[in-house]
Amino acid sequence: MASTASRRTQAHVVPQGGESALLRVQGLSKDFGGLRAVNACSFSVRTGSITGLIGPNGAGKSTLFALVSGFIRPDEGRIHLDGHDITGLAPHQVFRRGLCRTFQIPREHASLTVLENLMLVPPDQLGERFWNPLLRPGAVRRQERAIREKALEVLDFLTLAHLRDEYAGTLSGGQKKLLELARTLMADPRIVLLDEPAAGVNPSLMARIREKIVQLNRESGITFLLIEHDIPLVMGLCDPVIVMNQGTKLAEGPPSLVRSDPRVLEAYLGGQHGAADD
Amino acid sequence: MSDVALIKSLLLTLPLAFLTWRALPAGWPVLARLAGGLVGGWAIAAAVTLLVPSGLMAYLVSFAIVGSIYAVIALGLNVQWGYTGLFNIGIAAFFSIGAFTTALVTTTMPTGVMAGFTQQAFGLGAPFLVGVLVAGVAAGLLALLVGGPTLRLREDYLAIATIGIAEVVRLIFQNERWLANGPQPLRGIPQPLNCLVRDAGCEWLPAPVMALFAPLAPRDYTFVYLVIAALFVILTFLVLERAIRSPWGRVLRAVREEEDAAAMSGKDVARIKLQAFTVGAVIMGIGGALYAHYMVSIDYSHFDPLYATFLIWVMLMLGGSGNNRGAILGAFVIWGVWTGTAFFVDMLRPALAAISPDLPARGPYLRLMFIAIVLLLILLFRPKGLIGEEKFVSRLSGGREQPQA
Repeated sequence: MASTASRRTQAHVVPQGGESALLRVQGLSKDFGGLRAVNACSFSVRTGSITGLIGPNGAGKSTLFALVSGFIRPDEGRIHLDGHDITGLAPHQVFRRGLCRTFQIPREHASLTVLENLMLVPPDQLGERFWNPLLRPGAVRRQERAIREKALEVLDFLTLAHLRDEYAGTLSGGQKKLLELARTLMADPRIVLLDEPAAGVNPSLMARIREKIVQLNRESGITFLLIEHDIPLVMGLCDPVIVMNQGTKLAEGPPSLVRSDPRVLEAYLGGQHGAADD
Repeated sequence: MSDVALIKSLLLTLPLAFLTWRALPAGWPVLARLAGGLVGGWAIAAAVTLLVPSGLMAYLVSFAIVGSIYAVIALGLNVQWGYTGLFNIGIAAFFSIGAFTTALVTTTMPTGVMAGFTQQAFGLGAPFLVGVLVAGVAAGLLALLVGGPTLRLREDYLAIATIGIAEVVRLIFQNERWLANGPQPLRGIPQPLNCLVRDAGCEWLPAPVMALFAPLAPRDYTFVYLVIAALFVILTFLVLERAIRSPWGRVLRAVREEEDAAAMSGKDVARIKLQAFTVGAVIMGIGGALYAHYMVSIDYSHFDPLYATFLIWVMLMLGGSGNNRGAILGAFVIWGVWTGTAFFVDMLRPALAAISPDLPARGPYLRLMFIAIVLLLILLFRPKGLIGEEKFVSRLSGGREQPQA
């Protein structure tokens, strides 16, 4: 299933312009008290791309994720998902339109098992209505079996199968990151927002996460938007790369261009790196 | 075995048979387990009725009734706190709304001399089950009213709101005479099926069946009520177990563990919390109704925060929050400890008098201290309770290979 050959992601590079934007953010702003965390930020995420979102600490990347996924409401600006305005929708409504996100610090349901964490996710579960397990146990059981099968497949795919009956809270940091990714897969998302998938993950696990992202992008057509501080990872995996600074988009383009953009070097790398070291 | 002992043991069989059935291994064939439960339950009931002196027996039966009522309410709290993490410290509000609602629904308006002593907003004279149902609905509506605005906020706001609403409800029942006789007790709440123990008998029962109950005297009514109370515990337990072990329970526990992740898994967190809060409140209201029909006469003072909120919290903490069996066990154990301390304080009287002459009169306050010590011991040594939450709660997925924890 896993194709380790897909290290290079240049295959996704579609010429700019003309292609459809799955996610479009226009003039988004958010103030926290006197602090403008996101400032008139606009950008698009191309359907089928793995878009990177980088920027120095405090650039507003995580706030932007929170805005897009509905956890906080923007003060100004609109967010469109596949042409539909999703500005101001609650997270569960955004989810139903096919947008999933992970959290920078994994937020697993600690005293549910890994399997239960996944089985939670699919929408429209009959058994989530109080009376159905009592009145329609057969239908609920059939649906639960199907969901369980799917959860086991996802666990297999992300090599977490051996942990399925462990409490999610006992997983290692890297395993929790995988679990976050696994949860998004249970939803058949169209776009996944990953908040620092590599932070605190050991290199071999990271290689696996990266490989799975590429595979999901290629084989299932899932669009990714990911925040990451690991620059080599972003440069190898993402195209295009969007650079944020002080709450707004500073630059956007293929990794090679972004890497040599003097504004980016100034803002992101602090200016002391004359040229990006390969 | 005398006729009285026989009929009493038959009445006790129902709760005991359920316990025996639960105790038998789940792997047994259905019929064998059922038969084993019935036979075992009746054997225990017969032995208890024959061996325990009737005075002590009457005490034990009324103990078990109050224990059962508390068990129902603790099950309600378990839905809110144990599974969903909603911090309701105003249980008394839902408890008392349930009790007063059924009282108003099932009594008739006072007439004649009584009208001078009793005021009540209405008296419908409806049957017991209607009273219980309306009590549950009333408590549920109160939960929607309180939970709607507060459950969207941070969790501490629910605590503040519930503690406030409990006081408001209590003060309303204390001061509004027109509503439910204000500071005076509301009397004459009917005892369901009490025709079974009266000479006239129940006219709707066939004569041979009624003849079976003939040996019972009116003072044996508690045996009948124990069966009713136990039925409600069993029913509530079975319904909740089914619901909790299904996706519904999984969503509740997910919200308890990590709200934002549940929201990002497409769950409408505010709605789920409101649902769990309301389901718990309905159960508390039903518990209140059971209390009213047992006491026959109720007033606001029955629902002070100690009896109607604090003890129930201790019950759930001791039994095991997040475990329905734990909630029931905790209710009986803590009610035992609480009533036991009354005897203990009585025994201490001479010793207290020796220390200071005013101390014996203040003895009852010692009970509060004892229960507080029990709470501290639980938190120190068994923070998850006697039987805490199980690892594998979800069951409907059908995977037989799932280990049984």
